[in-house]
Amino acid sequence: MIYEQARYTEGEDKHEPLLSEKDDTTIDVGGDDSPLPDSLTRDELSLPALSEPEIARHYTRLSQMNWSIESGPYPLGSCTMKYNPKFTEDIAADPSAAIHPDRRAETAQGNLGMLYGLQEFLGTIGGMDAVTLQPPAGAAGEFTGILVAKAYHEAHGNDKSEVIIPASAHGTNFATAAMAGYEVVELPSAEDGRVDVDALEAAVSEDTAALMLTNPNTVGLFERDIVEIAEMVHDVGGLLYYDGANLNALLGRGRPGDMGFDIMHYNVHKTFATPHGGGGPGAGPVGVVEKLAPYLPSPQVEQTDNGFELFEPEQSIGKVHGFSGNWLVLIKAYAYIARLGDEGLLDASAKAVLNANYLASQIDLEVPYGPFHHEFAATAGDRDAADLAKRMLDFGVHPPTTKWPEMVPEAMLTEPTEIENQASLDDLAEAFNIAFGDSEDAIQQAPSRTTAKRIDQASAARNPRLSWHRLK
Amino acid sequence: MTNGHTDGSPFAPHTDEETAEMLDILGVEQEADLFDIPGDVAFDGKLGIDSRTEQEIRTELSQLFGRNDELVEFMGRGHYAHYVPSIVNHLSLRAEFLTSYTQYQPEITQGFLQVLFEYQSMLVELTGLPIANCSMYDAATSLAEASLLANRVRSTSGDTVLVPEQLRSGKRSVLENYVAGVDMQIETYAMDDGNASIEDIQSVVGDKTVAIYAENPTLRGTIEESLSEIGAIAHENDALFILGSDLVALSLLQEPKSVGADVVVGEAGVLGLGSSYGMGLGIFATKEEFLRQVPGRLVGVSEDADDRRAYTLTLQTREQHIRKERATSNICTNQAWVALRTAIHTAWLGPDGLVSLAEDSVTNAASLASDIDEISGYRAPVHDRHHFREFVVRTDQPATAIASDLEAEGFAVHVVGEHELQVCITDVNVHAADELVAAFLEVRQ
Repeated sequence: MIYEQARYTEGEDKHEPLLSEKDDTTIDVGGDDSPLPDSLTRDELSLPALSEPEIARHYTRLSQMNWSIESGPYPLGSCTMKYNPKFTEDIAADPSAAIHPDRRAETAQGNLGMLYGLQEFLGTIGGMDAVTLQPPAGAAGEFTGILVAKAYHEAHGNDKSEVIIPASAHGTNFATAAMAGYEVVELPSAEDGRVDVDALEAAVSEDTAALMLTNPNTVGLFERDIVEIAEMVHDVGGLLYYDGANLNALLGRGRPGDMGFDIMHYNVHKTFATPHGGGGPGAGPVGVVEKLAPYLPSPQVEQTDNGFELFEPEQSIGKVHGFSGNWLVLIKAYAYIARLGDEGLLDASAKAVLNANYLASQIDLEVPYGPFHHEFAATAGDRDAADLAKRMLDFGVHPPTTKWPEMVPEAMLTEPTEIENQASLDDLAEAFNIAFGDSEDAIQQAPSRTTAKRIDQASAARNPRLSWHRLK
Repeated sequence: MTNGHTDGSPFAPHTDEETAEMLDILGVEQEADLFDIPGDVAFDGKLGIDSRTEQEIRTELSQLFGRNDELVEFMGRGHYAHYVPSIVNHLSLRAEFLTSYTQYQPEITQGFLQVLFEYQSMLVELTGLPIANCSMYDAATSLAEASLLANRVRSTSGDTVLVPEQLRSGKRSVLENYVAGVDMQIETYAMDDGNASIEDIQSVVGDKTVAIYAENPTLRGTIEESLSEIGAIAHENDALFILGSDLVALSLLQEPKSVGADVVVGEAGVLGLGSSYGMGLGIFATKEEFLRQVPGRLVGVSEDADDRRAYTLTLQTREQHIRKERATSNICTNQAWVALRTAIHTAWLGPDGLVSLAEDSVTNAASLASDIDEISGYRAPVHDRHHFREFVVRTDQPATAIASDLEAEGFAVHVVGEHELQVCITDVNVHAADELVAAFLEVRQ
């Protein structure tokens, strides 16, 4: 497929003008008509003053200069870019649910009922005993989970200082452990791409607070030794943390709770099809086994004879979000899970894994490791993965995640998800293969059919221009 | 399943023939053969979740949400609802925006990058500070991240952040969780008739202080009158001044830059979201000198190969995917789509509309407080200050009893003390202000 992205160009130097270039009106603030004395107000304010039609046209044009799942394949590895069912938006827009978070529980039974239902769904899917819905993103979920682990250790007088993380893990894992005050112990991968059990044996100690694992891992491999790994961590009094980024591969087929994991987060914007929104909002609920439930954030929702009630877990870590997290996102996740049910969830993981394997079989790039599940890391070999990605942009597909994980040289981490059919996988494969076969010259010219041509990243960083004030 | 051509997920498009062909190419008989999950940890798929049709789920959740009592809310304390114009929904729900992700490939995502750049610019204008990131989760996590930033840049001199005694408990708890990992301390200063007590700040500030946090408006709705003094005290003590506010208040109240703010945090979702059960959009703006300490994503301007202006995520070496455990924060997925909604709402209001909305927040609060004050049994506002959107009412009767009676009349307000209620008025509930006053009169015995 050939793709030509919309491109509104004004003059030689820019595309769609900024709002501030369409209008920049400065008004005086304060003065005689103000309800406040001048000492308490600002002096003036400069913002665009535009009519609704002008605003509608501006944002419509910007939308047309943006790639999305509904534009075409978006196989970013580890991001699980699924189709976002429309009906979930309509449900989230229900005005009856648009209430203030401080409402008394008795007057908010509907919202609490949905939260309770989602806690139950997620607990079942992950094999966890209790779930908090408060963390507003995956990284916030990790932070919550590690805080729960820390609180547990402190309550039991366990003196723990380290969190072990495989080298191939998401960057958030490392940052999270550091934020929680732990030292990070990086674990090298074994030759087969999985956790090196011998290296783990050497790494675990009485200092081990937790091991954070993604399973299947970031090259799509299931950690076959998971039971042994869990034992090794538990034997030193550590906890096993499951990063839910790759849960889509396991839906209905494997539950972290059954594998020995004590804590997990769910990325509902990945696994449960809530929209990624150009970077967020997501939601990162956290599930735990029973012994950790008393440490979960407050409040939790429970069902009693009097309906749904809020309660504070006995040894709660407190809060990780000012209120109840990303409410609108949670509604959409509930609706998606209810739509799929057991059969649909099983089919989602089946087709996600089928698609990844099929796509890998159709591309000319080498795919080391296997058997993989929902994603694979192809290698661009002696080519630059980021360059190949730029060329792929010209063919009506979004390229995969590039140059990560580092265990695969020039990696192109690809996760097509279950939403692509064979024809669009073939389109994707064709884009891979054309880019891989292209001359270095052609690659360096790419992309040519996107709104912007190749962008100079170094210039942006060398001379930071972060607002329209800097362009005047 | 009623729609589509599959017995499984309605959002997996494969026909049976196509599935068979793909399996054949892979040389396996069924999808299950592709999985490498050992038997002892495999699950049989029986989760017990019944699939429902789209229509059934819409009915189910509509009925469930219908169990929320229909109350006119006069509530705030950190979560505020302003009227969201239709254009916000219609434009933000365009799939090109809604179903995209972080702009890892800027050439093909110029649209959203420009949206975020414009949002950052609006915050720069409103705060007067030159750097604003493109979103944090909410006001509470923004405050927590700002405190961590202060600790990084002032760690040689101390480890303590000073916060107001009147701080929303949830916000305080989030702050405690974030700063515990770096062994930071939190100390509080007292309030003086709703506002920060300068005297008390003077008495608790010290060598260990790395930041002083103040809010404008305050948790109880009063407008601060001594921000410049707080900024000066912070700077005299080599500490940062972190100012919490919200996007509407920023358009009218003292510009943060003019009072010496080093970091501005708070809630931007007051525009664009409406009442959303606490979901938010955290503001994070700061000075140039702290640019490389900023958490979260930044959109900057560059040039493309044709030498045209192009937008891109920039200074990513601060972030977790590059810097790992040495990143400024672990944040990855953020609130970008909310920032889009907030930017559209702000653009729709324009400078006059925005400032009018803010001025109404002052006049409507004053007028409602005065009407309630006229009823014997109540005193409002409790604090002799200017107010923004909300104020505290002193009740002769126990506050819970009054609140409960008001609820029976169809109104929800906050109980904030044994004899204190808090009432918040915006363009969303102003139409019912007179009825609320009548209800206050009705329930006072």
